[in-house]
Amino acid sequence: MSFLNNVITGISLGSIYAIIALGYTMVYGIAKMLNFAHGDVIMVGAYVCFFAMGSFNLPPVVGVLLAVVVCTVLGMVIERLAYKPLRAAPSLAVLITAIGVSYLLQNSAQILWGAATKTFRPIVEGSLTLVPGQLSVSYVAILSVVCCVVVMVGLTLFTGQTKMGKAMRACSEDKGAAQLMGIDVNATISMTFAIGSALAALAGVLMCSAYPVLSPTTGSMPGIRAFTAAVFGGIGSVPGALLGGILLGVIETFGKAYISTDLSDAVVFAVLIIVLLVRPAGLMGKYVPEKV
Amino acid sequence: MEKRLNGKRLSKASRSGFINYGIVIAAFALIQILLVVQKLLGVTLVSNSLQSLLVPTCCYIVMAVSLNLTVGILGELSLGHAGFMSLGAFSGIVASFLLADVIPFAPLRLALSMIVGAAFGAVGGVIVGVPVLRLQGDYLAIVTLAFGQIIKNIIMVLYVGVDEKGFHIAASSERFNLAEDGTAIIKGPMGAVGVTKLASFTAGFVLILITLVVVQNLVNSRSGRAIMALRDNRIAAESVGINTTKYKLMAFVTSAALAGAAGALFGLNYSSTVASKFDFNASILVLVFVVLGGLGSIRGSIIAAALLYVLPELLRQFGDIADYRMLVYAIVLILVMLATNNDQLKALVGRIIPKRKGAASHG
Amino acid sequence: MADKKQFEKGKMVPVPSVSIIPERDLGTTPILECSHLGIDFGGLTAVNEFNITVGRTEIAGLIGPNGAGKTTVFNLLTKVYQPTRGTILLDGLDTHGKTPAQINRMGIARTFQNIRLFNNLSVEDNVKIGLHNQEKYSMFTGILRLPKYWRQEKAAHERALELLSIFNMEDLADHQAGSLPYGAQRRLEIVRALATNPSLLLLDEPAAGMNPSETAELMENIVKIRDTFQIAIMLIEHDMSLVMGICEGICVLNFGQIIAKGTAEEIQSNPTVIEAYLGKQQEGGAD
Repeated sequence: MSFLNNVITGISLGSIYAIIALGYTMVYGIAKMLNFAHGDVIMVGAYVCFFAMGSFNLPPVVGVLLAVVVCTVLGMVIERLAYKPLRAAPSLAVLITAIGVSYLLQNSAQILWGAATKTFRPIVEGSLTLVPGQLSVSYVAILSVVCCVVVMVGLTLFTGQTKMGKAMRACSEDKGAAQLMGIDVNATISMTFAIGSALAALAGVLMCSAYPVLSPTTGSMPGIRAFTAAVFGGIGSVPGALLGGILLGVIETFGKAYISTDLSDAVVFAVLIIVLLVRPAGLMGKYVPEKV
Repeated sequence: MEKRLNGKRLSKASRSGFINYGIVIAAFALIQILLVVQKLLGVTLVSNSLQSLLVPTCCYIVMAVSLNLTVGILGELSLGHAGFMSLGAFSGIVASFLLADVIPFAPLRLALSMIVGAAFGAVGGVIVGVPVLRLQGDYLAIVTLAFGQIIKNIIMVLYVGVDEKGFHIAASSERFNLAEDGTAIIKGPMGAVGVTKLASFTAGFVLILITLVVVQNLVNSRSGRAIMALRDNRIAAESVGINTTKYKLMAFVTSAALAGAAGALFGLNYSSTVASKFDFNASILVLVFVVLGGLGSIRGSIIAAALLYVLPELLRQFGDIADYRMLVYAIVLILVMLATNNDQLKALVGRIIPKRKGAASHG
Repeated sequence: MADKKQFEKGKMVPVPSVSIIPERDLGTTPILECSHLGIDFGGLTAVNEFNITVGRTEIAGLIGPNGAGKTTVFNLLTKVYQPTRGTILLDGLDTHGKTPAQINRMGIARTFQNIRLFNNLSVEDNVKIGLHNQEKYSMFTGILRLPKYWRQEKAAHERALELLSIFNMEDLADHQAGSLPYGAQRRLEIVRALATNPSLLLLDEPAAGMNPSETAELMENIVKIRDTFQIAIMLIEHDMSLVMGICEGICVLNFGQIIAKGTAEEIQSNPTVIEAYLGKQQEGGAD
């Protein structure tokens, strides 16, 4: 039973990673940048929901929506102010700027909301008992998996069927050509950041509901793990982010359960390295050799 | 990726190198003079808090210069440089402990500990480098990040100690069967405790000089040219017979060894050290020094590391500002990146501050 | 003409008996012998049944319409791509399984169609990197600046200037390679390749982007390089005046297959070649 429990925990944790990883992967796919501030958007989302529910006694649904709206706007503002002026800059410059944004968000949060850890009230409580006394699944876990599935299906339909989605795919292939076809590249990139940040907010709320501690640095470690998941699955690939996220969640949970709680990080990253050595572009990524 | 290192003639490169030695020696001499004057006159010229920053600043200068070898000169992004520092710190601490009875002369013991730290850093560099340097670009970056995390994670569960039966090493407290009267050197999450502080500003100064000799002479040699050739155009470098793996590894391992030595010095500057000090954020901090100093510019790395390490620490003293110091740091970081990389902003800044010819772009 | 049906069945075609090796090179081991060389990308056959022999001091031309697979042949010879089938003998030695760097050390040097210089380094350093394998001191000798370092650096400096003088480029030694004009960049690539002391030099469109007078000068220089260094040169070029002017043997490639081999006169009058370049014409008598 403990095995099944671990599988369930792993998949639900993995679903949250997958939702965050989607944000990384979409932004990377289109802007070719590692958005290090993504993890901190998660934290902002969680704080917004926390205060909406705690201080203003709003229902959880409103809290989540508010978090999504705030983060969407935040994501677009960050993109507009910090990343857009650097469209033509070397990738390392953009990376450092993203790190700067990450510091900025963390420290703003610390000044606004204090460094002390807050206890997050889960948006749904209780659990579903499958085998009395042995196997139960928390509603948060179920909700995480459901959200992940909905997000995946929604994104697949969006990128495949809608005009905006097709524009996004075109931009990720070749920005110059997309522009020549009349696609507004800037608007498309902005849209990508908006979607990624909205997903980050959702993931933040789910994450803090499952592991109810909230501090200004809450987002950084899940951010790094989700980034790892995105690379694991093949960065730039939407199904890859899902696969990478779920696998990472499961490996982390099993690592904790069967190897060592303290070494779970080492296990996760060791698996990542092995995967990359065998498949240098991740599980579902395409390796494109340089043309001579 | 911005590439600013220019391969001027030997004489010009050497001249630039000598200026770097000059800057370091002058800074060291100035601080030493201030310290002597302070002692003689009994006035405070260099505050205690500033004095306590001298050794770590030296360590971070070495970290920045060595990371520049990987990022600026080899052209590969590394996000786990602090991992090598960590290896150096803990191996150096253990070495200095084990050598305590054999070599009572502290400076020699410190030197040997730093060599041990460098050796461990180098071994770490080989372990990471051999498999990883086949990867390219962002994938290499994420794997170096992963290795940094793994090293941190492993040291956090590591127990090392000595008793009458000899040397003990274990991966958990249960398996750590140290005798009652034995001494634990590294105690898992608590890190290294009871360290004899051997580090000195002079040692830091010497380490910086050694680092400069190694990096600058390497760059201006056959091997260094091969490394820069790989950065500029890997396919062309292969076409003229350069062994990609060998030279990538050479740069990466040299960089890791120097970080290891810096780590040993850093570890021996405090009575206790925890592995979480060398986390992802520490790696990023060093990367920021390198990028702000200018990729490939050794002088830039030295100056950026010294200023950016000391400033936020000094801001700690000012009560109200202290809370805002990291916020200010973040904003400055973003603004500097925007001002130096956005063409419109660059033009604007250029109009306000006339550009000095070739400033900061010479190694 | 190659028989397409036989290729489709995967059968081997015998090496064409026509030899284009110049008379003076007869009786010596050819510098390059390719037999049945081919590569597939996925399901697509990019080059097939590439058979060629190049003499030790020959200037050979590889021509063909765009997309014929000429650069792919160079990439196969230098092992940027590993061949799917066939063998390449360099000076009688099999090059199977070698890396591009090893191939260079065995004696093939090349230039690139899209110039690949070390743009951030000086012209002199670019050439010195070409001299990499002729300098022998170790990393430690370099760091410690032992006498050997100074000796070899001095020798390398002099050799680099000597090589640059082929194209009268000594004065540019201190310039940054990336800032040179286009023509100078192409010439620097040739110098860098020569610095590796090759026995076979591959030039990928050396005259691209040059005006007629520059091209004429380049032609002279290519012949001069062959005469001074006594090496074989194989070049890909679209400028027919250059190819017909200096190449002793010419090989025409179309759709990844050799459609003709021979001297300039033979190629110029070959109807298959004319058809490949100009398409089938009713009257047939195209230039």
